[in-house]
Amino acid sequence: MADRPDATTTGGSNRPALQFHVPEPKFRPGDAVDFSHIGVSKPGEQARPDEMCAPIDTTPLANDLVRVLGDDNVAHGPWDPRLDADTLRRMLEIMALTRAFDERMYRGQRQGKTSFYMKCTGEEATSVSAAMALAGDDMVFPSYRQQGILIARGYPLVEMINQIYSNRGDKLKGRQLPIMYSSRAHSFFTISGNLATQTPQAVGWAMASAMRGDSRIAATWVGEGSTAEGDFHAACLFATVYNAPVILNVINNQWAISSFSGFAGGERATFAARGLGYGIASIRVDGNDPLAVYAATRWAANRARSNGGPTLIEHFTYRAEGHSTSDDPSQYRSAQERSEWPLGDPIMRLKDHLIALGEWDEERQEKLDLECAEKVKAATKEAEKNGVLGHGMHHPFHTMFEDVFEDLPWHLEEQAAQAIRERKIKWPQK
Amino acid sequence: MVEDDSPIGLADAPSRNMNMIEAINDALDIMLSHDPSVVIMGEDVGYFGGVFRATAHLQEKHGKNRVFDTPISECGIIGAAIGMGAYGLRPVPEIQFADYIYPGLDQLISEAARLRYRSAAEFIAPLTVRSPFGGGIFGGQTHSQSPEALFTHVAGIKTVIPSTPYDAKGLLIAAIEDNDPVVFFEPKRIYNGPFSGYYDKPVEPWKAHPDSKVPEGYYRIPLGKARTVREGEAMTILCYGTMVHVVTAVAKEKGIDADILDLRTLVPLDIEAIEESVKKTGRCLIVHEATRTSGFGAELSALVQERCFHHLEAPIERVTGFDTPYPHSLEWAYFPGPVRIGEAMDKILEA
Repeated sequence: MADRPDATTTGGSNRPALQFHVPEPKFRPGDAVDFSHIGVSKPGEQARPDEMCAPIDTTPLANDLVRVLGDDNVAHGPWDPRLDADTLRRMLEIMALTRAFDERMYRGQRQGKTSFYMKCTGEEATSVSAAMALAGDDMVFPSYRQQGILIARGYPLVEMINQIYSNRGDKLKGRQLPIMYSSRAHSFFTISGNLATQTPQAVGWAMASAMRGDSRIAATWVGEGSTAEGDFHAACLFATVYNAPVILNVINNQWAISSFSGFAGGERATFAARGLGYGIASIRVDGNDPLAVYAATRWAANRARSNGGPTLIEHFTYRAEGHSTSDDPSQYRSAQERSEWPLGDPIMRLKDHLIALGEWDEERQEKLDLECAEKVKAATKEAEKNGVLGHGMHHPFHTMFEDVFEDLPWHLEEQAAQAIRERKIKWPQK
Repeated sequence: MVEDDSPIGLADAPSRNMNMIEAINDALDIMLSHDPSVVIMGEDVGYFGGVFRATAHLQEKHGKNRVFDTPISECGIIGAAIGMGAYGLRPVPEIQFADYIYPGLDQLISEAARLRYRSAAEFIAPLTVRSPFGGGIFGGQTHSQSPEALFTHVAGIKTVIPSTPYDAKGLLIAAIEDNDPVVFFEPKRIYNGPFSGYYDKPVEPWKAHPDSKVPEGYYRIPLGKARTVREGEAMTILCYGTMVHVVTAVAKEKGIDADILDLRTLVPLDIEAIEESVKKTGRCLIVHEATRTSGFGAELSALVQERCFHHLEAPIERVTGFDTPYPHSLEWAYFPGPVRIGEAMDKILEA
């Protein structure tokens, strides 16, 4: 029998009472923010092991923070990807375009042109720089906050807006919630509302690529909150068991809607450290440092392509805006957090780096921002020709029943007839 | 009966007697040889050949790139299979028991079932999830369940349940070739021989049954087509899996001229065959092992009532498992056997 007091007795025990721990973020609305507890490592001081190293050799990287760009706006150390100025400028342009796109779509939602939107403000590097470090036909399995990948891969803004507006031009025929894009042509996997489901799928895709002796790799993105899902465990496990050529990106933006990263288990260990437990090479990277993100992704991609197996990359960043258009972050966190965030803003940092290199200036930046805004505006106008969400039902009712299966079974054919019959009663003028 | 029940690809192939396991193994072997995109994965399916031997010798013959063991993670098995399907493979994952498919449900329901729809057919999930199901083997709560109704309720999944070795092979080949996700439930009580419902009688092997004569080589039986087990006038019996054999034995014993339909595919359902039969007989008995409330029998009953109301001469009867978890020691009190089925038949005929 266990050495326990009789459960029926009350009091009298001299054992300490157990205490229940519920994590609590450091700052709530109205609190002054002090991020000095966040260990911000010195740029350039992290070793860059060989891409084919043993997973255990990445242990320091999983607990440190790989950084390249310093406060001096100069690239430092072995992780400097040594990109040419044109590539850096392209990276900056795509990130700026992504931000401009977010701004306009957010406004579009507020104007009632669509039902919903999600920005990625402050996290642009984690998708744009990562995408630029991959080959165009590497398959990506994103979550809903990686719109920068689509933009980096040249997916037309008009198509994105068509999807957001669920209009006549929407390739997904108005079936999906806004921002749940899909583009097979851009090796961009269909986004699902169910969190983390894409992670074992990405691993499966990578396994298939290896099984067929292909050379393409897979990459997936998941928020730190969603790493709590069982699917993420399955993904890590399958990735390591089969040495799958996959990159598992964890975007640790500190917040899962209103829950801080402590509720995903982030209080006592980094998210990158979890990878080590599976025997996966793991890197924790400054997610607001576009050069560090690029370098880590390139390292992981080279490793995967050489049959070195999977890599887990934790992108340490900050969700600068609300979770979505349905969220008000002032209800649960201090408004000061954004301005105090010690890793700054990815676009500003890259801009300042290019300026320090003598390859950019504030005037050109201003021009770029204007061009991005104009580009998005033009695309929005173009997309609006196909209608917006409020302007009626853009797709023939029969399409609602198509693609459930490859062929239409009798019961869906009957239900389609019903919907079409109802249409004449509900909307006789149309 | 539906017009096209002829298997596709079946010429005058030589045949041999197989039990259901051998027929499934043969189907998998043929598909692995026939289509390089077919891969088999699951717990213990590789080197060992499966806990029921359904994948015996397949790894040895086709290699580890095609047939491999997985971690014990149903979520991972289904999730990885979906990714492989997106790549262009045709995975045939095995879930060791249908009772253990639940950790993979989010991947099946939220992902596999909706991939085609949500991507407007850019991505598909041509998976066939094989899983032994059903009771009658003293499997207790977690080796006996019949969860088909969870899947028939999901838009985008096809649910197939064979009842003979001949069908098991032909339907499995069709399921693997199908571009939609298919849940393929194998009634493990009849892996080795048909079952009359008399648990105290010795198991009769498949060898004596005409449907154990399985053609060599490739053939398929179309999904969505029921099979007429026997033609009759007295009542229609809708059933599938193990219960096909139980109801056939009971009808025979009671001398009832029943029209017995083995549905084979629950979604898409062969509604024409059902309507035709019930309109002919005017009476309908629905039999399944799964629990009663919200079971697939409820859907069948509703469809028959809606579509054959004026032809019905008696209330539709459902014989099912009870609304309890599957018990161990009281298995034969739970199982919808000859007494429960016989009473329902009498009730229908007396009405």
